[in-house]
Order: sequence, then structure tokens, then C-alpha cells
Amino acid sequence: MAQIILENLSHSYLPNPSKDEDWALKPMTLTWEDGGAYALLGSSGCGKSTLLNIISGLLRPSRGRVLFGDRDMTGLSTMERNIAQVFQFPVVYDTMSVRDNLAFPLRNRGLPQDQVAARVAEVAEMIGMRDMLDRRARGLTADAKQKISLGRGMVRQDVNAILFDEPLTVIDPHMKWELRTQLKDLHRRFGHTMIYVTHDQTEALTFADQVVVMYDGRVVQAGTPQALFDAPEHTFVGYFIGSPGMNLMDARIEGATAHIEGVQLPLAHGYGALEGKTQLGIRPEFLRLGTGQEGLPYTIRRIEDVGHHRIVRGHVGKADVNVIVPEGQPIPADANRVLPDPVHAHVYLDDWRVAPSNLERAA
Amino acid sequence: MMAVVAETKGRGAALVMALYLLFLMLPIYWLLNMSLKTNTEILGAFSLWPKNPTLANYRTILTDPSWYMGYVNSLTYVVMNTVISITVALPAAYAFSRYRFIGDKHLFFWLLTNRMAPAAVFALPFFQLYSSIGLFDTHIAVALAHCLFNVPLAVWILEGFMSGVPREIDETAYIDGYSFPRFFVKIFMPLIASGIGVAAFFCFMFSWVELLLSRTLTSVNAKPIAATMTRTVSASGLDWGVLAAAGILTIIPGALVIWFVRNYIAKGFALGRV
Amino acid sequence: MEKPVNNRAWFLVLPVLLLVAFSAILPLMTVVNYSVQDTFGGNQFFWAGLDWFEEVIHSDRIRAALGRQVLFSAIILAIEIPLGIFVALNMPKKGIWASFCLVLMALPLLIPWNVVGTIWQVFGRVDIGLLGYTLRKLGISYNYVNNAMDAWITVIVMDVWHWTSLVALLCYAGLQSIPDAYYQAAKIDQASRWKVFRYIELPKMQGVLLIAVLLRFMDSFMIYTEPFVVTGGGPGNATTFLSIDLVKMAVGQFDLGPAAAFSLIYFLVILLISFVFYTVMTRQKEGE
Repeated sequence: MAQIILENLSHSYLPNPSKDEDWALKPMTLTWEDGGAYALLGSSGCGKSTLLNIISGLLRPSRGRVLFGDRDMTGLSTMERNIAQVFQFPVVYDTMSVRDNLAFPLRNRGLPQDQVAARVAEVAEMIGMRDMLDRRARGLTADAKQKISLGRGMVRQDVNAILFDEPLTVIDPHMKWELRTQLKDLHRRFGHTMIYVTHDQTEALTFADQVVVMYDGRVVQAGTPQALFDAPEHTFVGYFIGSPGMNLMDARIEGATAHIEGVQLPLAHGYGALEGKTQLGIRPEFLRLGTGQEGLPYTIRRIEDVGHHRIVRGHVGKADVNVIVPEGQPIPADANRVLPDPVHAHVYLDDWRVAPSNLERAA
Repeated sequence: MMAVVAETKGRGAALVMALYLLFLMLPIYWLLNMSLKTNTEILGAFSLWPKNPTLANYRTILTDPSWYMGYVNSLTYVVMNTVISITVALPAAYAFSRYRFIGDKHLFFWLLTNRMAPAAVFALPFFQLYSSIGLFDTHIAVALAHCLFNVPLAVWILEGFMSGVPREIDETAYIDGYSFPRFFVKIFMPLIASGIGVAAFFCFMFSWVELLLSRTLTSVNAKPIAATMTRTVSASGLDWGVLAAAGILTIIPGALVIWFVRNYIAKGFALGRV
Repeated sequence: MEKPVNNRAWFLVLPVLLLVAFSAILPLMTVVNYSVQDTFGGNQFFWAGLDWFEEVIHSDRIRAALGRQVLFSAIILAIEIPLGIFVALNMPKKGIWASFCLVLMALPLLIPWNVVGTIWQVFGRVDIGLLGYTLRKLGISYNYVNNAMDAWITVIVMDVWHWTSLVALLCYAGLQSIPDAYYQAAKIDQASRWKVFRYIELPKMQGVLLIAVLLRFMDSFMIYTEPFVVTGGGPGNATTFLSIDLVKMAVGQFDLGPAAAFSLIYFLVILLISFVFYTVMTRQKEGE
């Protein structure tokens, strides 16, 4: 086992990519630490499956290198990389029994019979299919088939990493929780590097220590769930993580002041003068409703009660702005303003977060 | 991602396909080669290609009504058969794919057994049947006779395609106030258009290639091209050039049909059941 | 979802029923009629009971034809099914080359059967045929007209030429339905090429293979035109298969009674063997 390093990696499915859009993966350099539990998060078509297939060796990148530790694996086959992968839709060998399905990867590697039997028993226990081992795989439910696929992914002990490509899509919600918890548990017990592709933020945030967010063929941010929440590096991260996502309002930034809808808002930091599309991003958790003249003019459209808090939906000018009001706090009937908490506000220039300039902060 | 990830087939596969296609094409090429030679050249020195290519054989066929009417006859009964088969098979296939009714399974199986009936068994009874009702040597007689194996096949293919259309579509249409015939023609048939195409292709194919029945049921007016060929062989015996040219001309309609359905061939051959 | 019961569906089936009844039941009744009667010409018929059936069952000639027929069908199935699978596995998956292969492969299937016979009759001739001529030049003695073995080989090669593509196209359709994830998973599991075939491709082709085996069995068992054009059933009776023998008997010798009895037995044999194939293959499928 070793860390997995992607070095200046990029990929295109076209033979002669010329334009920016031709690239399914834009150049990236990324390190996956050994034994980490990663989630690869993004909407469909953003290139996450491509990235996964490059790591497992099913796909050869157009440019760049894949390193396991200091060993260059770019040209090596899936077999030589020794990686396990579970796919979105269940892949089972219909004509085999559940037992043979689970034993298949081990037998192909020529493991002695008694070790195979021991591993299969262990994995069957893990996926809760011990009493079904002698059934034919054909005719099982999609749930059961996907559990077999997961089991086949986990049956080999010596793998460098286990990759999951949206493995719980076909599983019903109750089972999802259980299987995810088991995966997490498995990670704790065996310490395999695990990369879990999903477009569901809950799934990503509950499974992973580190979340890698992809957007349009790029890795836009990699970090802990907390970091993604506190300081989204890209508007997509802000929008994609959180429920509801981060509010974004077009703003003119001048030093430590933001101008929105003719209102001047003080910021916690200075940013200098910014050229391009500038926006102020702030999560609904850090907005307060108010009345009177202070803050941004706000129109409430509706209020949703989701149990432990309420979501107020409305808009500032043309921008949709949501506010989360904790349980027990009253919502004034005549609320017509929102007040941002400057410490949690971020400035975005052409969708990328702008780091506050130290100079002005000092000033 | 699909194509790239899927196993890239190597040179071995290309070689296998090249050899197989060569095996398929060589006899046809040989026929083409002969059709462009004169009889003297065919029987004279052996050559892999015509030394003095001539279209004389084709001219013979295309200017002689006893030859070219064979094509007209064949195409006439083939088209008639295809239309009849599809027309009667459509409602029946719908019934099998949508409803259960008394005797449905037996009926379906009995229909399929007709596909297993050897033409040789039916040749003589057909001859007597159609003679007795005065249809001997007509196009419709051959078209009806070919229904024996084409109707079951069409029902079977169409049933496969129709079962792939969710029944909710029918129900929605009825709720929207469509009558059955209007629903069937306006909504359902467009949905299974490729299935109809595939079924028509197979009806055309089996009617076009069959000879035993079509020859037995005709003498002059509806004589198929294939029969014209066999008689010419036995009569003049050795007119190889014309025989080859006639053969090549029988391949052309099939080739055209294949060209039109080339994108559906794979699915079509699986009869919509994959 | 269960299909609803609706007996009015019979009305939709009625046209097919009438048509097939006209073109199948009526003639079949004629056949049954002949099979139990004897005639001495004119329109005089006498009840013959099951005599014709007994005669047919004990006829050495028909037994010999049946033996040849079974052997022929067995050989062509043994060649065409594996070869068809093999060709399908080697076909390009998509793109212009796939279309190219499909079109060329479908071509023999749309050639009238007597033309197929003519093509091979010409192709195999030692004087003007490419195959016969080449073999002779290579010093191999080959003559399908008077050597029974050569006649058999020619007829079999012709059938392989004519019909292997049907098997290949069916298998190809089956292979096309396998999602890429299966191949990817097999790579991850380090399955060998053989295991990919055995555990992924073959199971997915089972349905279409059933169709292929049934169609090829039925059609080869009824084969008439192609060998008749090439060999005329000869040399001697070497390539006289059941249909050829039946037509000889019915049209050539006008032995209507035996021919009719023969027809019925022939039909029943096909039904029986098809039914056995179908049952065995579907049971195997369910068992797995």
C-alpha cells in the first residue's frame, strides 16, 4: 500500500483535443494519502468516473502520470495495480453461486482453497449474505446483487485501494445507511485507501475524511468536510455543499466594502480593487433577518419548516437568498432586511474565492 | 468512456474478420466475374478476372421479357406477402403481448409450429388447393402460401418488440379518449416502427429466397426469377454467362434492403428479444 | 405486472387464425387424407388405414434419408454454432467497420436459395470454378459430381457459407447488450479471457443461442433447394435428404399415400426435436 499521486494528469476522449471543452479532465495534480477515506463529489458528467477509471487503470490518461508511492503505474494494467473497484450498477456473474462470485477474484489470483473459503465467509458475514452463499446469483434482487459486487470489491485483502463508483444508487434508502456504515467500519478495521464517488453530499460527508469536489473536469477543492463548509474555494462548492447551498449576490468590491443593491456592507477583510465578475458569498446559516434600514433589502417568498430549523426563501434584488432561522427564534412578520455576518462572508472573482489581502487587513 | 474502456480488439480479430469476409465474398465474386465474361471466355482459359469485360449477359436478361418479368413477378409476390403478413400480424401480436385469453399459449405455440413445417410437405397439397380454387399461377397464390411461415415469424417478432413498450402508454391513450384503431395507428405503430421494419425485413427475406413453393405454384404468368434460372439451366444447359448475370441480379434487391436496414440489423436479428 | 384477461382479444387474432388455417390446416388435412387412402388413378380412393405409415416406418430408403438428414443437421450445427460465436466475438463493436461487416455478412442470407446452390455448383466445378480449379491445381482430387465424400463436403461448406452469419449476427446482438461495466469488473477481478467468455459472454448469449440453434436446426432439417441444385441428391443417393426424398416420392413417382404418411412423420419429427431442444435449453437456463 502506498499513497496515490496524480501528476499533471489530464484526459480527453477525443483523439486530437484542441479546445478547452474537448478535455474531460483538465490538468490536475493530486495526492491521495495511504489509508485515507476519500469522497469524490460532483454532479454527473463532471469527470469523476473518468478520474476513477484512470486510477484503477481501466483508462489510460492522455497526459500526465499516475504514481503509487514512487512507482510509475501510468502504463500498467488494472491487474498490476492491484486495485478493487465497485461499479454503479451491480455486476454479478449470473451463472455462478453467491459463494463463487465472492471467491472469483481470489481464485483468479490462485489463492489456496482454505484461505479463499475463510475470506469468503468473512465477507459474506460483512454484507449479511451468509445464509445465501449457495444461491445462484441470477434472480436475486438488485440490492442483493449490489451487495455481492461490494463483497467482491472487499474480498481481497492486499489491494492498494478500493474504488467505489456511486455504488449505492440502486440500494434502497434504509439499506444505504447500513452499508455505508459498514464501509466506514471496514475502513477503520483494515485501513485500505478508499475512494468513494458520489453526487450526494450527505453520502460524501458521512463517509469521507477528505472530500474532493470536481466541477467541469477540474478538482475545485479538496479538504475536510468542515473546510468545504467554512471556506468554499469555488462558487460550485458553496452551492453544492450545504442545504440549501451558499447564497451568491453580485457585488462591487472596494477594499473592505461590498456594494450590493446600492447598500454598502462592511467586510471583515480588505480585497483591493477587483476586475471581473465579483460576487459576495454567504451561507444561509450566517444571515440574520431584520427590520428597518440596516442590511440588505429582502423580500420573503416563503418559509419552510424542516424540523430543527426553518428555511426562509426570498430574494435580494434578482438574487435568490435563503436564510436559516434556528428553532425557537421568531421570524418578524415585517422582516424586510437581511444582515450578513461579515466574518463568514467570502468574496468570489470569476467563481474562485479571493483570499483577503494581508496588506489591507493590517490597514 | 465506453468505447475506450471496452476491450480494444486487436489485429487477431481483424484477421479473423478479414478471412471470414473473404470466405463469404469469394463465391459471390466468382459469380460476378463469370457474369462479365462471354461463354467462350468462361470455358476457355482460366482467369481470375474478366479479360474482356462485357455486359452482354446483362443485356440479354434486361431486354428479354421472359427473363426480366421473372424479377417483376418475384418482387410482386414478395411485396404482397410482406404487406399481408404485417397487416394480419400486427393486431395478433398486440393481442398476445397485452392480453391473456383462452387458449393463448396453445395458439401461439401452434402458430410457431407452422414455421417448422417443411415446404416440401406442403408443396403438393398447396398445388392442389390453389388449382382447385383457380388461383394457380397467380401472384396472390404464392404470397398466401408464403404466409405459412412468414405470418408466425412476423407475429413472433412484433410480439417481442411490443412487449418492450410499457402498457401504461396504452392506458394513458385510452384515458385521453383515443379509440383503439386510432390509438393503434397514431400512437402505437410509431413506437414499434423499428419492429415493423425488422418484421418486414424478415418477411421480405424469407419470401424472396424461397423457391420450392413459388415454383410449384406457378407456371408462366407469375413465375419467379429463381425458377426462370433453373429452367434456363436445364434447357440450354451451358449458358453460364447469362446464368451468372441472372444470379448477380437476384442478389441486388437483397443487398439494397440490407443497406436500408443496416443500422437495425444487429437488433433485428435478435428479433427484439435481447 | 400480470396481463389482464380479455377474451375479446380473440378478435385481434382472428385474421391470423383464418389465414394460417387456410394455408396450413386445409393442406394438412389433404395430407392426412392421402396418408390413410390408396388410389389406383382417377379419383378412386380406398381406405388404407395405417398401412402407409407402417410402410414408411419400415422403409430402408426413408430410414437412410433420415440418417443422412440427422447427420447433416448435426454436422452443420456443430460447425455453425461455434464458428458463429467465434466470428461474433471478433466483430468490431461499433463504427463504420461494424456496419461494413454487418452488411457483408447479411448478404448471403438474402440470396435466393437456388442461386446459393448455383453459386456453389459453379464455384466447385473443376473446369470453371475457382474452388474446384484451385484444388485440382493443388493436386487434390475433388469432384462433387461423382464422389460422395466431396459432395457432402461441398454441401456442408455451402451451408456454413450460407448460414453461419445468421448465428454470428444473433450472437453479436447478444454481445452488444452486455454493459461495459461487466468487462471492467472482470478486469478488476483479473478474469482470464476464457473466464470472461464463460461467465459473462456465454450466459448473456444464451437467449439468442436458443433462437439460433432452433432456427438452424429447423431450416437444416428442411433443406431442399440448395443441395438439390448442387448435387441433385447424388451421387447416387448420397446427398438425398428428407425433403429431396419426399419431393422425389410425391412429385417424381406420384406415390401420394406413402408421401403423405412420410410428410406427417417428417413434420412430427421436426416438432419433437425442436421441442426437446427448446425444453433442454430453457431448463438449463432456468437451472443456472
